[in-house]
Amino acid sequence: MVDVMRNQLGALESRRRLYTGLSLALLLAVVVSGYHEASQLNSGGFLQGLLKFFDYPAQIVSQAWDDGWEFWALFPRFLPALIETLNIAAVATIIGALFATILSLASSRNLEVPPVIIPAVRRVMDIMRAFPELIIALFLIFVLGASPVPAAIAVAFHTSGALGKLFSEVNENIDVKPLEGLKATGSNWLQRVRFGVIPQVLPNYSSYFLLRFEINVRASAILGFVGAGGIGTELSRAIGWGAGAETAALFLMLFLSIVAIDQLSSYLRRHFVGAENFK
Amino acid sequence: MAVVEPSSAMLAETVRVSVKKASAVPMLLLTGVVLYLIYAWNAFDITALLERAQLSKGALLVSDSIAYKTHVTKSFRGNELEVAIEGERTATYKQLPDWVEGTVDSFSVDLGEGYFVRVEGQGLEFEVPGYGTIRSKLVDKKIVTELPEGAVPTWLNARDVKLDARPTFSRRVQFTRAKIEIHKFDYGWENFWFPFNSVLHGKSFGELAGIAASSDRIEADTPNWLFILKSFWGNPDWQHGIVAVALFETILMAVLGTVTAAACALPLAFVAASNFNRNGAIRFVVRRIFDFVRGIDMLIWSLIFIRAFGLGPLTGSLAIAFTDTGSLGKLFSEALENIDRKQVEGVESTGANRWQRYRFGVIPQILPVFTSQFLYYVESNTRSATVIGALGAGGIGLVLVETMRTSRDWENTFYIIGLIIVMVFLMDGASSWLRRKLIAGGETR
Repeated sequence: MVDVMRNQLGALESRRRLYTGLSLALLLAVVVSGYHEASQLNSGGFLQGLLKFFDYPAQIVSQAWDDGWEFWALFPRFLPALIETLNIAAVATIIGALFATILSLASSRNLEVPPVIIPAVRRVMDIMRAFPELIIALFLIFVLGASPVPAAIAVAFHTSGALGKLFSEVNENIDVKPLEGLKATGSNWLQRVRFGVIPQVLPNYSSYFLLRFEINVRASAILGFVGAGGIGTELSRAIGWGAGAETAALFLMLFLSIVAIDQLSSYLRRHFVGAENFK
Repeated sequence: MAVVEPSSAMLAETVRVSVKKASAVPMLLLTGVVLYLIYAWNAFDITALLERAQLSKGALLVSDSIAYKTHVTKSFRGNELEVAIEGERTATYKQLPDWVEGTVDSFSVDLGEGYFVRVEGQGLEFEVPGYGTIRSKLVDKKIVTELPEGAVPTWLNARDVKLDARPTFSRRVQFTRAKIEIHKFDYGWENFWFPFNSVLHGKSFGELAGIAASSDRIEADTPNWLFILKSFWGNPDWQHGIVAVALFETILMAVLGTVTAAACALPLAFVAASNFNRNGAIRFVVRRIFDFVRGIDMLIWSLIFIRAFGLGPLTGSLAIAFTDTGSLGKLFSEALENIDRKQVEGVESTGANRWQRYRFGVIPQILPVFTSQFLYYVESNTRSATVIGALGAGGIGLVLVETMRTSRDWENTFYIIGLIIVMVFLMDGASSWLRRKLIAGGETR
């Protein structure tokens, strides 16, 4: 009896292993053939590219080195561009978070909103989240002209959807007792949200807000490259002109500011939600 | 009663004070945000922007994306008359369409609803209902225009070098020293299926099926169904083949990049997790590597890789792989630090070696996090791959930017935008479907 069971278990186990092995082999095959295919489609090959990998960084670093002390003068020159990128990200995150708050309140099951609008608002957020920022930015640049505003609107649109989903998850996990207490005092829906919901969700909202801000700084820098202004536009110009030292300075500025924001936002988030809840 | 009265008043006062205190922080935050937005309004110079904004340009773009125009061109140098869709040589009418009548020296164009153009030699008459007739002539290398009585409408621009009249969206007449060009707009996407000069142009689906099934070959060495596919695939105006390859490249970038990143991040995450690696110095180094590759950012990585590897999906894949090795490595190492020791100890008590402990005690615990993060990143990288493609890494992003930059045909841009959105939605749907399937009892959303 035990032997029969052991045999059956053994058979199941080996079949499972076979499946795992097969799927891993399949994955490996996809990766290998994918890289082969990608290498074929690429204008430069893999091996020769690998050899050239350090050429460009070395070239811009050496040009920066040749500039000597003048290199450091580039930083104050590009500071306005960096501030513009940070402004795009900050405005987009603030406006996005405001819309996300409204959308999330309208799509949480525990806040006594009409049940019919919940799935509708969720689909709207899904669409906003999935819509590529690049398309909105390019369209608005065409209509409004090259300026930071198209990028800010594009990033804010995406942010509303992305934060809205996270915020609604936070809303659904709150303690409803304060809401009931407020209801007993005869307060209206807005007052219940203001005094029952917001104080509970604010720490988590802030944490997600900061995380999003960091992501949006990267997104705004990239959108600058297609004409939205800020450090991306400077970078595209510097690379186009082959100005190595300027490129190096811009790379360094972007890198340092992203790392600084990353560290600062981790620190603040730990402070808001407490180290034990920190994810 | 006399005792209760003051205490309830005191209670109310206490509540009021605490509400005030609780309100203070959000109010301060709100004020800060409002002040910042006022600053940003000035920094972005939105007032000037609103003045400069050309909303009509946007409306034009949208209407142009669902319409196509036919050019009737008379050039003075060669004394030629040509009717072509979008003015392209490959889409020239061999016989004049029925709304153009006459010869190069004297012809008339019927633009419908009473709008009518007559061209005689180097002069034209444009009848506009509700306005009158515009008469223009080329005299001594100058365009002399006679307008009806009254104020000059905004759709009309008559100068010595050029006459430009566009009374409605779908009708436009331009007269320069070199040529007369009349545009007629029609709704629809012309030549979407087959090139204009192809024998298959304008055939219905039924007719096409008939041609595909017939053994009477259009081209001697290819079967008809293959010929139909080839004509569609190689359509020069819409470039279905090139667009499809570009979409494939973008998805390839996202999937390959994320798979590579996950494969590199998993082993490194073990080294970076404090409960698997006791050596603090190595842990520190690996964590800084994660921060470093993440901080460099996809933008910079792709610019460096474009230099080294040229244009194409390999460049995009590597840029995604490098950035996300950092992001996924950080996430995985945090997941590893939060695992339950008991399961590992249980496996250990059966005499399992180190590798078996990892395989049966650790991997099953982090697999849900691993899978869901992996799928989430594949989906989000499809969007990133479109963007870094636009920077020059290739794929559909580059095709989009190129079509927009030439801005020759907005319907092409519109078509590509539609395809990108469909692609992103499909990837989004596939990723959340897989997440639900693979992680039983996990996310129900």
